[in-house]
Amino acid sequence: MANDVTTAARAAAPGQIFGAEFAYELIRFLGTLALTLLGLTFVTFVIGRVVPIDPVLAVVGDRAMPETYERVRQELGIDLPIYQQFWLYLTKIAEGDFGTSAMTSQPVLHDLFQYFPATLELATAATLIGVLLGIPLGVVAATHQGRLIDHVTRIVGLIGYSIPVFWTGLVGLLVFYAWLGWVAGPGRLDIGYDGLVEPVTGLITIDSLLSVDWDVFKNAIAHLLLPASLLGYLTLAYVSRMTRSFMLTELNQEYILTARAKGMPERRVIWRHALGNIIVPLITVVALSYASLLEGAVLTETVFAWPGLGQYITRSLFNADMNAVLGGTLLIGTIFVCLNVLCDMLYRLLDPRVRP
Amino acid sequence: MSAPDWLLTEAPASRRQASLGRWYRNWLVFRRNPLAMIGLAIVALLIVTAVLAPVLPLQSPTAQALSQRLAPPGAQHWLGTDELGRDILARIIFGARITLGIVLMVVAIVVPLGLLIGTISGYIGGALDVVLMRITDIFLAFPRLILALAFVAAIKPGLESAIIAIALTSWPPYARIARAETLTVRNADYVKVAKLQGASWLRIIWHYIVPLCSTSVVVRMTLDMAGIILTAAGLGFLGLGAQPPTPEWGAMISTGRDFLLDQWWVATIPGIAIFAVSLGFNLLGDGLRDVLDPKRT
Amino acid sequence: MSDPILEVENLRVTFPTHRGDVDVVRGVSFSLGRERLGIVGESGSGKSLTGRSIMRLVPPPGRVSATRLALLGHDLLKTSAKEMTRIRGKRIAMILQDPKFSLNPVMKVGHQIEESYRLHADADRGQARGKAIEALSAVRIRDPEAVYHLYPHQLSGGMGQRVMIAMMLMPEPQVLIADEPTSALDVTVQLQVLAILDDLVRERGMSLILISHDLGMVSAFCDRVMIMYAGKAVETINARDLDKVEHPYARGLIASAPRLGDDRPELPVLQRDANWAK
Ligand SMILES: Nc1ncnc2c1ncn2[C@@H]1O[C@H](COP(=O)(O)OP(=O)(O)OP(=O)(O)O)[C@@H](O)[C@H]1O
Ligand SMILES: [Mg+2]
Repeated sequence: MANDVTTAARAAAPGQIFGAEFAYELIRFLGTLALTLLGLTFVTFVIGRVVPIDPVLAVVGDRAMPETYERVRQELGIDLPIYQQFWLYLTKIAEGDFGTSAMTSQPVLHDLFQYFPATLELATAATLIGVLLGIPLGVVAATHQGRLIDHVTRIVGLIGYSIPVFWTGLVGLLVFYAWLGWVAGPGRLDIGYDGLVEPVTGLITIDSLLSVDWDVFKNAIAHLLLPASLLGYLTLAYVSRMTRSFMLTELNQEYILTARAKGMPERRVIWRHALGNIIVPLITVVALSYASLLEGAVLTETVFAWPGLGQYITRSLFNADMNAVLGGTLLIGTIFVCLNVLCDMLYRLLDPRVRP
Repeated sequence: MSAPDWLLTEAPASRRQASLGRWYRNWLVFRRNPLAMIGLAIVALLIVTAVLAPVLPLQSPTAQALSQRLAPPGAQHWLGTDELGRDILARIIFGARITLGIVLMVVAIVVPLGLLIGTISGYIGGALDVVLMRITDIFLAFPRLILALAFVAAIKPGLESAIIAIALTSWPPYARIARAETLTVRNADYVKVAKLQGASWLRIIWHYIVPLCSTSVVVRMTLDMAGIILTAAGLGFLGLGAQPPTPEWGAMISTGRDFLLDQWWVATIPGIAIFAVSLGFNLLGDGLRDVLDPKRT
Repeated sequence: MSDPILEVENLRVTFPTHRGDVDVVRGVSFSLGRERLGIVGESGSGKSLTGRSIMRLVPPPGRVSATRLALLGHDLLKTSAKEMTRIRGKRIAMILQDPKFSLNPVMKVGHQIEESYRLHADADRGQARGKAIEALSAVRIRDPEAVYHLYPHQLSGGMGQRVMIAMMLMPEPQVLIADEPTSALDVTVQLQVLAILDDLVRERGMSLILISHDLGMVSAFCDRVMIMYAGKAVETINARDLDKVEHPYARGLIASAPRLGDDRPELPVLQRDANWAK
């Protein structure tokens, strides 16, 4: 049949066709990414340079010397037309120049690198907890639709959507640290353990393993446990709900009937056939929840005295250190935007139905 | 004919009867969902207390009584007092006014804005559509909380700034919904007929397209309200929202932090209020979605 | 007729609704030997559910009951769910209507084919792979090695359905239920696919239940035809005696089918009678 031949030909030379369409996808992706990032920088530019009554004051703080004030005024190009100011802003960012933090007197970029690993470590741990529990919970809820476990999942999810996380953090510290003593208190390490391991990755759990220091590792885990579990719960709520809803759609598909008709055991029908079809959308869900944990850090890190980006941003906020606030916003925003745009791309690459 | 019969009739005599009947039928389904009814009750309670707060027999939410400071919950102060001796129950109830006010203000800005952008984009199409949807997509990919934070920090901390900041980042989903609905009916025959009869595009959007979006928008709005409450409380907690002595729940948690170990109620109770109210909106929205938008559950 | 392979007696499928239980299959009985049985009937008459009851794959909340439902003397209604998975695919298999939806979109065709064989024959990967490629060429696919690595959306409808046939026939089941195996295909491809199915079923001496709307097609490919109407088997008749059918519904169906060399100015419209559904 003619059909056979063309399709087989297509299968025989997949690399070639894949290449052209892949390049197209890549360009499309980079275009979207660039546009979105441009939008993000424009918004931070507006927030930093246009909205404040005196943007210079916002950058230097109100205790600055007149000379400093004048210098920064020149640097920002306040007298130039807006579009030139924006261009100036863009070129500086492109050079990695986010200005100097009034609070730490360091270049903002330097500070960002300093603080970022703590945020990364917490968000990653939380995501691991949330995903490892949330996906199975969502699957089981879908296969037991309308039964007890399904209702429990629904309620767990709705509670997760409704909790003010800064408050749960406080209550968690009160109960599990102050009253029960099950976990360590605020911060990443007890004071005595600070600086004992060589920072390689900046993730203390990894660094302590690298230098085989079990005491530090245990202490780091004790500190990580509570915030990671609370944030992990938020991820779990979101992931389990989405998993359930994706699974319900898949379980009603004809190919599930086919798998059963072939005599596949229910376990395989659910975990291989149905779940296999929702992996791609699930990756999107997980990436989005990861991104929201990064930005949620501004609230949680304050509560847990977690020395990450979130805390850096909020502390800068109170010191009227706009350079630092915007730098942090831009970094988190960039990661957020990249994850968002990347998800769309991943979807097109991983799903054979849409894969070019 | 009894009232339910009149509502449930298969042959309504007027358009009014038909639409009331539809509402009644939806209500019958909604009523069977206990979680949704709990949500409705919570939201109703929030609205009633917020409206009645000034006439309820409460102590003043701002009057300080330093002799009574940090009193535990008891007969005189049911929920205890804070560090300035203010009655926490009164502050929670007056705080409900603020929370409700924030939610309503945000929604009042966001929904019309989103609908306008989405319908215009979908109805007019072409280059305008491309540009508007690009902007919408860009906004959708933004980190909302952190931009709101930076924005408030740049103007000045306060309730109005918080409301504007939240609103500025919340409209894109509504634009998406509105555009999708618009595209489905833009070329429907009845819309074409209206156009031939000389209806202006504004009239078409308002009379034919907006009503279609209403159910999805209502569902989305109810679910969003929970998120708005949490964001507003977060900004309040960081000191960027309502300023003292306003009894805003997030700010109350923030001051209560200092007394967490010994006077747990100061920080804990406002948190319960935030949780309960946003859970209420979530339960309500979930139930509404089951009734109004069954294909999306 | 040889010993019955499948016996169905008084089969009922019930769905609960808010107006009470509704029987959608109402007391169907037949027995199947080493033969090809066609089931015809209009949409909604319960053909698919009859087939799915035999596989014990009626979706909840539907319930199946029967005075007897037995495969080779083995009572299927008393079989545990676990044992059922060993019967499905291995003893009774089913081909669904539309390959576009009934193949797993994210699994390679080859893996889907060998999956059930590996499970039922307890074969290792290499063996199963060889068998899968063999099965693909048995359904006359030109380049089985290449097709093995394709995803379902890369197949045409006819190829998809041949893949489905290959997949279901590989563990060599005794009974094959084909639920409108060609109605989603182009008319030109329908006959090819049917011919392949017919050949394989004959070659391997399987019993076939062919479900269809198409009286002509069923009578051409089957030994006997069972006519269903509103959940009941109203008549079962040898395919070559089809024009002697008695039930008015079936007569109406035959009369309203166009024939070559027809000189009727208009085809008669089927006149229904409420009594048929009783
Ligand atoms: N999951 C279900 N829930 C409720 N009713 C169902 C369900 N599946 C089938 N039915 C009802 O059972 C009746 C028979 O369905 P069945 O699928 O067996 O019909 P069919 O003869 O195969 O029709 P078609 O030729 O359209 O495939 C239909 O009236 C249908 O409405
Ligand atoms: Mg059918």
